[in-house]
Amino acid sequence: MSHLRTFGSFWYDFIIGDDWRVALGVTAAIAVVFIAAHHGLNWWWVLPASVPALLALSLDRATRRRR
Amino acid sequence: MHEVLLVTASFLACTVEMVEALTIVLAVGVTRGWRSAIIGTATALVALTVVVAALGPALAVLPIASLRLFVGALLLVFGLQWLRKAILRASGFKALHDEDAIFADEQRAARAVAVDRSGVDWYTFTVSFKGVFLEGLEVAFIVLTFGGAQHNIPLAALGAAAAAIVVLILGLVVHRPLSRVPENTMKYAVGVMLTTFGIFWASEGAGISWPGGDAALIGLLIYVLAISSLLTAALRRRHRLLELIGATT
Repeated sequence: MSHLRTFGSFWYDFIIGDDWRVALGVTAAIAVVFIAAHHGLNWWWVLPASVPALLALSLDRATRRRR
Repeated sequence: MHEVLLVTASFLACTVEMVEALTIVLAVGVTRGWRSAIIGTATALVALTVVVAALGPALAVLPIASLRLFVGALLLVFGLQWLRKAILRASGFKALHDEDAIFADEQRAARAVAVDRSGVDWYTFTVSFKGVFLEGLEVAFIVLTFGGAQHNIPLAALGAAAAAIVVLILGLVVHRPLSRVPENTMKYAVGVMLTTFGIFWASEGAGISWPGGDAALIGLLIYVLAISSLLTAALRRRHRLLELIGATT
């Protein structure tokens, strides 16, 4: 069981890293693009708009914790 | 253009990870002997080759749209993680990666354990294996995702192999950690590239078409570089301000 936990925690750290909210935000933004595209909308701007917002929020949280 | 960026990204990513792995192997090799360090390194390289060889063909048979959606999402999450750390380092909120300090720490730890002279020194083997395998896993991930999404894993592997050879030769020549390699800048560049490709492929895989087609990738690259530079500048100001407040209170 502890090996399984170590394995899971390794992959979590490897892919998700320090801020799970970024991964969640990226997944939500991709879901929006996917749904829009399947309704005939070419919303190419969604990810370019989401990335700076997610990054800025994550960096703000990380640097606020250090204050 | 995709091909150039593909090779550049895997070359840079492999260089930074190899520099880190080299520091660990050098520290245990110099301190405890080379035989077990070399066996550990070789075993890890074989294990990494098996991972890439096993997963590579499996990715090649997946439909390109689903692959790009999945790979793009992974690259975007992974790339933002690299970029986030690189910005925190560049703005002073996180300590810069210091190969000399890591080398000294590894040597200190290696000296604290008794050397097994009878055959393979398992401490040296394990530390070398873990160092090379774990650092190499990030490279394998980038090679598989980048190469898989372009249906050109050999090209991505070529960039990684070129970096491995360059770092190995430099390591053999200087025989000490490659602390002069601009590792943090390279990590920043890799973060920008992973994020750019992540946005591009995840959107394409989700079903949109980019204005300007493949040329949009260059625009995205400039865009990601610009926003990360702006965020770095803003955080530098915040860091200076916090230092100022800290110094006066």
